[in-house]
Amino acid sequence: MNIIICLKQVPDTAKVKMNPDGTLIRTGVPSILNPYDHFALATALEIKKQTGAKIKVLSMGPSQASKVLRLALALGADEGYLLSDKAFAGSDTWATAYALSCAIKKISPFDLILCGQMAIDGDTAQTGPEIAGQLNIPQITFCSNIEEVSPKTLTVKKLIDGGHQILEITLPALITLTTPHNFVFPYPSFTDIFKAQEKPLFTWTAQDVNADINKLGLKGSPTRVAKIYPPVQKQKGAVKTLSADDTALEIIKILQAQKVIK
Amino acid sequence: MTDLKSYKNIWVFAEIDQINKTLKSVSLELLSAAKKLAGELNCKTAVVIIGQENKKFFDEFSKYGADIIYNIEDVSFTHYDTQNYFQILFALTKKYKPEAILFPSTYIGRDLAPRLASRLSCGLTADCTALSSKDANLVQSRPAFGGNIMADIICPNTRPQMATVRANILPKIILDIPTKPQIIEEHFKAIPSKVRLIKTKEDKRSEILKPEEADIVISIGRGVKNKETFSLIKEIAGKLGAALGATRPVIEEGLLPKNHQIGQSGVTVKPKIYISFGISGALQHTVGMNNSDLIISVNKDDKAPIFNLCQYGFVGDVEQIVPKILQAINKLK
Repeated sequence: MNIIICLKQVPDTAKVKMNPDGTLIRTGVPSILNPYDHFALATALEIKKQTGAKIKVLSMGPSQASKVLRLALALGADEGYLLSDKAFAGSDTWATAYALSCAIKKISPFDLILCGQMAIDGDTAQTGPEIAGQLNIPQITFCSNIEEVSPKTLTVKKLIDGGHQILEITLPALITLTTPHNFVFPYPSFTDIFKAQEKPLFTWTAQDVNADINKLGLKGSPTRVAKIYPPVQKQKGAVKTLSADDTALEIIKILQAQKVIK
Repeated sequence: MTDLKSYKNIWVFAEIDQINKTLKSVSLELLSAAKKLAGELNCKTAVVIIGQENKKFFDEFSKYGADIIYNIEDVSFTHYDTQNYFQILFALTKKYKPEAILFPSTYIGRDLAPRLASRLSCGLTADCTALSSKDANLVQSRPAFGGNIMADIICPNTRPQMATVRANILPKIILDIPTKPQIIEEHFKAIPSKVRLIKTKEDKRSEILKPEEADIVISIGRGVKNKETFSLIKEIAGKLGAALGATRPVIEEGLLPKNHQIGQSGVTVKPKIYISFGISGALQHTVGMNNSDLIISVNKDDKAPIFNLCQYGFVGDVEQIVPKILQAINKLK
């Protein structure tokens, strides 16, 4: 079985700080492997254990994005591919999915493509299903677990509103994965990191993957960012420091004024 | 080059709940938004509904302003299937050329919309929290970067313009006079899907109110350290008819089920009153509650960011204040 995992290097949004004027402080924010992709990788490594699958990891980004591919190789992936070219800069999800699908066609054959459900810096959850659309292969998004793997099919648990479904999908297919809350992300040992230096890691340009330059970057992106601004803050009220008794009484008064209690 | 002028009308994808087969309320929120946009862009609203026995929902569509209903009914479309729903929407879009299509930002909407956008080579904006129009374009506003910034997105050169829109944010507006929608029946044959549904299972429902449906939400953060305090908060919630919510760390500790998590990776709530105990107000959390009508916060740190967005802030020890609130409520009743 051949598995391709799409990985993204992202700024750790939980560590982002804001200027007093509401703009982002971009410097000093650490870059990490997108946590959902990290879980997808861990899932693929489990499948590799069971079936001896070959794992190829793919990312698009500047040269430093090779770090997340090296991490994946150290954890047990077999080959890495980095799409890196000025032509990709400014791509929205459509153009990103197009570029990645060009690379996937070149990496082919594959049985399974795994993606994290979304990247924590964009939160769109679109690139995965857009890749499946470009490649015209079946998809299941927001899966919380891969229950069963066979050479021709996969059984997955998928989240739906208010519950979940068990679904079987015919391969080749694309699956996006959500991350369980108690999940402990695997990290490689120093020996593994050292050994992984030997593993193949290729850097490809747009031309290398036969991508149509008109479908890449800002030019190839149907969406445009018209404006970026800080979230609207509500009118801030008074902040009081009172005794516990008085605080309770004040809250009761507010609830009475709102007619919640008499 | 796409002839943008040949595209007209604002479509809404109406979603049916996969467990109880009711119309999801967000569909009507989208219809109200579509109605407003259609007024601005001088075009019509249309609902696309795919499923079985859809007619029982038509009254609702007319109350919320549907001018056209595209009805696709077949027993084989009872359950959502990406390939089948995609092929229907793809064909309808090619045939009728909508100006914009709004999808709920749900597991289904966020599965179907990108599939369609990728094949139509159209722009799609995820998880929008506001929609407006400017110069004949749909302006799609959404939080990005973990809720740290807002972005307005437009698709000036492609049609249809597509967006998934978060539930519980946009208002549902009943019209004084319901529309008399034109009903267009469209027939499709199901294609054999590469995905087979083995079973659908409803998650165990918590007996407590759902935060996204309640008028009052009481939320707890890591500042609530004592189990005792938590049970007192539950009691207060019971007396006020409030739902309970929590931040992600509290959910991870297992105090409340996952569907009570409020914030970026949980649910978004917009209650009349939101009371937070021991929540510092990380953006991950506040994006899920900052649209509440009135926010009351108690936290021991006077510099906690939650105090920047609440109307009533109290600095103090939650463990001491909570019992006093309960006592005071009990005295009143």
